[in-house]
Parts: sequence; C-alpha cells; structure tokens
Amino acid sequence: MSDLARRALDTATQLGASYADARIVRRQERRADVKTGRVEGVHLGETEGFGVRVLVDGAWGFASSGRMSGPEADRVAERAVRIARASARHRRRPVQLSERPRASGRYETPVEEDPFTVPIDHTIDRLLGAERAMAAVDGVTTASAGYHAFREEKEFHASDGSHTEQVITHVGAGLEVNAAGTDDVQRRSYPESGGYRAAGYEHIRSLDLVGRAPTLAEEAVALLAAPALPPGRRTLVLHPSQLYLQIHESCGHPTELDRVFGTEAAYAGTSFLTTDKLEAGFAYGSELVNLTADAGTPGGLGTFGWDDEGVAAQRVPLVSEGRLTGYLSSRETAPRIGRSSGGAMRADGWNRLPLIRMTNINLEPRKGMSLDDIIADTEDGLFLVSNRSWSIDDRRLNFQFGVELAREIKGGRLGQLYRNATYTGITPEFWGSCDAVADARSWQLVGVTNCGKGQPGQGMHVGHGSSGARFRDVEVGVGNR
Amino acid sequence: MSEPGAAEGRDIARRAVSMALDAGATQAEAVVLESSSALTRFANNELHQNVAQTDTAVSLRFVAGQRIGVASANRHDDASLRRLARSAADIARLQPEQDWFRSLPGPTEVTPVEGAWASTTATADPGRRADAAAAVIAGAEGVGAQAFGLVETESETVSVVNSLGIDVSEARSRAHVLTVMMGPGGGSGYAEEVAVDIERLDPPAIGHEAAARTAAMADAIELPAGDYPVVLDSYAVMDLAMWLGVLGFNAQAVQEEQSFYAPGKIVASPLVSLSDDGGDPQGTPASFDYEGVAKRRVSLLEAGACAEVVHDSKTADRAGVGSTGHALPAPNPWGPFPLNLSMAAGETPRDELIGGLERGLLVTRFHYTNVVQPKSVVVTGMTKDGLFLVEHGRVTAPVRNLRFTQDYLAALAAVDGVSRERRAVDGDGYLGTIVVPALRVGSFSFTGTTEH
Repeated sequence: MSDLARRALDTATQLGASYADARIVRRQERRADVKTGRVEGVHLGETEGFGVRVLVDGAWGFASSGRMSGPEADRVAERAVRIARASARHRRRPVQLSERPRASGRYETPVEEDPFTVPIDHTIDRLLGAERAMAAVDGVTTASAGYHAFREEKEFHASDGSHTEQVITHVGAGLEVNAAGTDDVQRRSYPESGGYRAAGYEHIRSLDLVGRAPTLAEEAVALLAAPALPPGRRTLVLHPSQLYLQIHESCGHPTELDRVFGTEAAYAGTSFLTTDKLEAGFAYGSELVNLTADAGTPGGLGTFGWDDEGVAAQRVPLVSEGRLTGYLSSRETAPRIGRSSGGAMRADGWNRLPLIRMTNINLEPRKGMSLDDIIADTEDGLFLVSNRSWSIDDRRLNFQFGVELAREIKGGRLGQLYRNATYTGITPEFWGSCDAVADARSWQLVGVTNCGKGQPGQGMHVGHGSSGARFRDVEVGVGNR
Repeated sequence: MSEPGAAEGRDIARRAVSMALDAGATQAEAVVLESSSALTRFANNELHQNVAQTDTAVSLRFVAGQRIGVASANRHDDASLRRLARSAADIARLQPEQDWFRSLPGPTEVTPVEGAWASTTATADPGRRADAAAAVIAGAEGVGAQAFGLVETESETVSVVNSLGIDVSEARSRAHVLTVMMGPGGGSGYAEEVAVDIERLDPPAIGHEAAARTAAMADAIELPAGDYPVVLDSYAVMDLAMWLGVLGFNAQAVQEEQSFYAPGKIVASPLVSLSDDGGDPQGTPASFDYEGVAKRRVSLLEAGACAEVVHDSKTADRAGVGSTGHALPAPNPWGPFPLNLSMAAGETPRDELIGGLERGLLVTRFHYTNVVQPKSVVVTGMTKDGLFLVEHGRVTAPVRNLRFTQDYLAALAAVDGVSRERRAVDGDGYLGTIVVPALRVGSFSFTGTTEH
C-alpha cells in the first residue's frame, strides 16, 4: 500500500504541489438488525480506496479513487493538482499551514475480543432474545434491536515524510421499542444513540440488552398513556442520555473553527463563538461549566492517535469555568488565531476531504453532588432522559430538544411521567443557568455515529462524556397546547 | 461522450449473481453503482474546497431458501466477487429462517425514461465548475455580500441483475448549484437549482436571486413568536414534502403503525396533490429502483386525500400488492422511499400568493428541521436566509429568524393557494430531487426567536 501512496505523492510534487498527503483507507463493517421477531437484514461491507490532497499555488485540490493501482495513483494525483489549479484562480488568500512535527507511528483501538471473528449468529441470537423480551409486553407495537461493528485501517503519508498507521474499531448495539396510538407514537431506546464504544465485542457482552428490555417496553407503553408535558418554565435535570446531545449541538459544533470562519456556511452554518469572543473570555456558561475536546478519552468514538493531517491527538480546553478558551482546529485555521492545530481534522473514508470534526467533547464532572444528590436537591423540576429530537439554528444559538421520557421532580423525588417533553433556549443563557454538575459517579460516554457535516456530506463518529447537570428557568413543553 | 459504464456494470452484476448461484444461492441479486462525482465549494467569495471521486460499488444479496445475507465491496475482479459471494453465503447460512421472505422480485417492464443523463454534466471539468461558482460570487459582489455554496456534478450508472431475470442498467446524472449569501446589515439570502444537464443551470441567475434576497434582508426587525399566515417559497415547501414522504407515505411506516396514512383520509387542502414520479422531466428521472423494479408513478395525496403509498418488494409482499419500484439498496431498515417527489402546481402566480396576504410572513426556507412527533408530523426548525413581513399584499420589512414547531398536516390543511411556478430542489441530501410549488398557508406556528 505504501508504494501506491508514495507514487501519488511523487506525482503530485512533480506536478507542482508544495505539499501533498495521501490516505489509504480500508473499512470493514458488520450490521445485523432484527425487528418484530424477524431478521431484517445482515450486512457485511468492505470498501478500500485512497485520497490525495494537494496544495498548489496556495489552493487545495483533492481527488480519490477506489481503484488501487500505480497508474490510478498517477491519475488521481494529476486530477488533484488540476483541481487545485482551478481553485487557485479564485483564491484570494493563499493557504498557510501551521507547523507540526513529522508524524510517525502506529495506533490501535484497544480490543479484547475482535468483533469480526465473533460468529454473526451469536449476535443475532442476542438481539432476538432482547427483541422478544420487549415484544412480550402488552401494548408494544414494534420492537427492534441492532448491532454494528466498524473497523477502519488507515495509512497516512505526507510529502514531509510523515507516515502513520491506525486501526480504529467501534462497536455498538441497541434496542428500540415503540407503542403506537391513534395519533401518537412513543419510543424508548437503550443505550443512547446505538450504544457505541471504541472497543471490541467485550463491550457488546457488557450491555445488558435482555435485562433492560422489559422495563424499556413498559416505559414506552406507559408513556402513551401519560399526559403531554404542559408548557411553562421549569428547572431541568438532564441525564447524560440527553446532555450528550446538548453538548454536541451547542458546544461541539460552534467551537469548530472552520464554521467560525464561514467555510461551512452553505450547509452546516456558522457560529456565534466568533474569535473576538476568545480574546474577550466570553461567558459561555456558568463557572461550573468546563468543556474539553479530548481525543484520548478511553472508549470514545473521537479517540485516535493522529488526525487526518498527521497532528497528534490532544486534549483541548474549550470552556474553562464558564469562559471560552479554545476551538476545534486544523493546520489551516489555527494560525489565524495564533495557535497550532488542535488535531481535529478527520475525513469520512478515503473519498472525502478531512474537515474539522469533534473528537470527544466532554462536560467535566465536578466533585460534590452525585446525579441522585442533584435530584434530591431539586424542589420542583423535571428529570429528562434519552434524546428523541433535536434542532438548532445555523449559528448554534436557538435550540430545541425533545426527549423520550420526562419525570416531574417534587420535593427531591421523582414522580409524574410526561410524554412529548421538549425544551428550548439560547445557548449561552442556557449554559449560564447551569447551577449543578454531577460528579464522576454518573459519568457516561456516549458515541455518536451520525454527525453530519460538509459537502459532499460526511458522517463522523464522535464521543461525548458527561455526568448530568441542572439548569434553571428553562422553557418547556413547546407546542403542547 | 456516450453513456458510461452500462455494459461494464451490468457485466459485473451478472458475474456476481452467477458466482452466488455457484456458491449455492437459491436466488441472488447484485446492484452495481459506478459513480464519478465532483464538487466545488466556495466561501467568503473564494473557492476553498474542490474534490472529485470515482468508484464502483457492488452489493450482493444472497438468498438460501428463506435465509438472506448481503455483502458489499468496491472491488470487482473475479477473485473479489467470489469472496463477496462466499461472505454473503456465510452470513445467510448462519441466520434463522425468515418466514416473511417470499422471493426476490421478478422482471417488470422497465421503460427507459427520457433525459436521465447528460454528457455535459458527466464531462464538466474543474474549470467549468469554478466558472459557475465565479458567476454566483459575482452576484454577491454586486450587493457587497459574501457568497458561500457549491457547484456539484454527478454521473452514475445503476445496474441491477437478479437470478429471476431482472437485468437493467441506467445512467443518471445530476448538476446542482446552491448559495447562501451574507451581506452588510446582517442580511442573508439563498438560491438553489438542480438539473440533469448542467447546461440547464443558470449560475448568474442563482447569484442574482440570492443577492437580491440578501440585500432585502439587511437590518431585519424582530417580530414576536406566534401564529402567522405565511407564503412558503418552494425551498421551504421542500421540507414539508420530504417529511411527509419519509414519515407518511412509506409503506413500512404504515405497516408499523407509525404513519398518519389511511386510504381516503383527508389530511390536506383540496388544493394539495403530491405524487412520486420517476418520469417527471423537471426532476432527476429514474426508471427503476434498487431492486430493478420499474418505478410506477404513485399518487400519494390526491386533492388533499391520502391515495397510495410507495412499496418495495418486502412491504408489497406483506400487503399483498405489487412493488411500486421504490426500494433502497438492501439491507434497508427504513423501508421504501419516494425519491422523486412532485407536488402539483396550482394556478396562481407566486407573486399573487404574496399579494393575497393581508398581514403575514414570506418564508424562503427552513433550516435543521427535525420531527417532534412522527405520527402527526409535528416538526421543529428555523427559518433562514429570507424571512419577510408582508402587509396588505406587499413585502414591507425583513424579519429576524424565527423557530417554528408546526404540525405539517395542519399546515397543509390550511393551504389556500398554490403557485403556478415549481422548482426542482435537493431533497436535503437524501431524498433525491423534489419538485415543488410555493404555498400560501392560513396559519403557521412560530414558537421562538433568535438574534439574527
């Protein structure tokens, strides 16, 4: 494989590239889905290809191919150079890259049991068992269970002599159950967002899918009969199963420096966290709020050895004691704020250009109260569990989330169940209203595999750790009249 | 340039099916996608990303009695196809028997659609895309704005072969230009166009349309959240059609009791008719689906009443009907999708829809919408790139963006005008190309404000 990459880099530099890098990527996937007693689908997937990124006359060009041959390496490198020259005609500011040490080495996700050697029928049996346990509950309309194993083997070569090899393995399994009425459907799911972890099959064995199934189904049925959450302003305690997406949408995305500079404006949007706010120490949230981009969190889907520019994995504080302190950045964007790359450039496979992507964006736990203590400390509020829907504006200010399950808190105890619970707010006001962050006892890592960005579209695997937190005076029950 | 790949893709598919049968399959199906695409992005009035890719992907569905396995790869030499057949066979044989499975679909009469592919799109080079981007950027510069957007060209040959006699191949192309502009005074604007043939795109016109909106949006006023009559431009109507297509008129959603659909149920104004039409020349036509079944025009909403739903072979078997030709590539947990949605035009010029508003809002498009309650199609999202106050039939002021939380069926029931003009717009990246008019809606629920 290295010969192919070297040939592409040689061709690119001979044709005038001042910098070039090549990624050779091989992906393997296994999926199994069961629903209502049936195996809905089992899929093995494999793709292989390479992408060549070149800098010519201060502009980028990128081309890729799934045909692995020397002549194709030449053709793709030449195409990338031709594309870069076309871009240079309409480029006003030449690309400047921050320095980095020459990258070299190998990284592998720690795996105890290789998911690609576990017979698929074992997994199907496990899924069918959990599905049957859900379907056995009266009132359930559909029950489903899914499994996904993902492995990416990646070589990175650059014209400065950098060469890294990485093997990233992610696995996930989860349940979903629905109870349908005439005009409404209620859903419960477990674990959050497909139950992913950077790990081997040992993670799947650790998930108590069958054990959780009956309760999950009973909750879906109970929700269908529960009242809709009335509109109002309430105190919220967010479980990590909802808090992870609040972090993703209202902290992860707005701290992407390419968004801040407008290069995602045509699709994903821009950001309210403009760079003047970094200098001013903008009050993003209350002083309890510490948010960190950590590409080394064990088990996180945003954990790796080097990003797709050959920058080593890092831990970057984004918000410290409520103040904006950093961004997710690349070699091209970081120099514009006087910093070095934070190592956040990743591509969705061989045929996509690296973009700034979240790593593991974590809300750091605080010593003091557990999540149970926070609930006990809340006189009147709502406890919100498991994300169901999400939406946020293009600058990441106005958000609205829906959750699967809401319980009222009265006098520190959980009570009334509500369906169709939503809440809405403005990002810095919301994080500014945070008056309690739980300690590490309830800390959970959630993997997200559908983080969309870029044109053509790219889905990315990212992670979010949090332990739960409390927010005051939040608008809830939007649209429930 | 002649249409690409058809012979090669079909040959790969035939070889894959043959190898599956050699490996013991009782039935087999291969789908081959040969694609070549390129995309030029611009931001802040300059090109910043410019990418291209070429690939051939093979997906093999292996049937062993009532056991099914699917394997896919992007290598297609004989050794790789043999390995693919073995992989698919292995996973099929490890499964329990699936009593729901009857058969892969048999051949249907596929009539090639006119104008699914254009050589001009397939051969567009980086210079052509850069020139198109420059034309859009010129529009922004004319009003002192910054342009952001893309020019995209795709050419793909889809070949489907199965052991029951399906053996079809079709070249399809798509060219797409879109821009978001941001101007002085905080204004932003949008315009977009999709066509099979890049020659049919008009980048200067797209630039001017977005620039005019951007200039008009400067110094927007703030309006309180609340219920307003609205005119939804085509870009916004796309979102209504998309969610109805995914949540409502998908046979799997109906079979799983997650859809509002019931035959004859009235859910919209009599002015609203929606279909899925792979032959609509204003969209991006296709004559068959990813099972190789001929696409039938399916009437989804007929004068406000639910008519039919789209099927693939699995949902069709469950319902005891024939597939309508709307399968996605296997395995597919989402069910059949209408990838060629088309809302019928009305008789009123778009400007007269606005002229008929006593006091309301003109909405250009929606951003980041998501479903709050699927069965009633309650959706939330933001307005973006053009929100205007209309008073006495005239646009009187730009308005800061609002969040909405709206039952889309209720909105369609409140439609009192449909424009004569229709546009082909991108179905949010995953629902093909959607052809839609503008709509005037008696009441639309805005539930929040933002700073811009």
